[in-house]
Amino acid sequence: MSVLQTALTIGIGAVAVALPLCGWRLLRGPTIADRVLALDTLYLSLVALVVLLGLRWQTTLLFEAALIVALLGFVGTVALARYLSRGDVVE
Amino acid sequence: MDTLNPIVEWLAAACVLIGAFFLLVGAIGMVRLPDFYMRLHAPTKASTLGVGGVLAASLLIGWAQGRFAVAELLITLFVFVTAPVSANLLAQAALHLRLPSRASPPEGLEPHQSTE
Repeated sequence: MSVLQTALTIGIGAVAVALPLCGWRLLRGPTIADRVLALDTLYLSLVALVVLLGLRWQTTLLFEAALIVALLGFVGTVALARYLSRGDVVE
Repeated sequence: MDTLNPIVEWLAAACVLIGAFFLLVGAIGMVRLPDFYMRLHAPTKASTLGVGGVLAASLLIGWAQGRFAVAELLITLFVFVTAPVSANLLAQAALHLRLPSRASPPEGLEPHQSTE
């Protein structure tokens, strides 16, 4: 197994450990802002995981999927944060 | 992927390891830190650097294989632009909700309050 394959395996393992930690904060978060922050971090970690899996499986199809996940994560975070601060998403 | 230059391969492996390490540190910081504002501090910076490292490895491999990696470049730019914006909006929401902070007030701001 080459150096890159070993590094990709370790990286996928690390991100797979990071995802349940974000999920724990998403479920346990004492305030609603903590949950939104955990969701944002979960989206970012998911982008990294999709890119790592795309490198591992040697396909370029997953990079567009990662782009869509990043877009959805940003829009969702902005909508939730504006709902928390203004009480309304779109005036 | 077995036709890669060894230097490119080692660089990409280092970028992957650095990115995964920072993602893990950000997640651990978000679980361990005691306060929302500290928790906002940990994953926004660390996760940005982590995703940046992973995408840098992807860009390196893409360029070494001779294809111009448009999607990776777009994700990198998008993440680096939007992560501070979403963190700023979350901080505004937290200030609006008046979440408690464990940080002491700045020096000289409230002179009548006894320092702990």
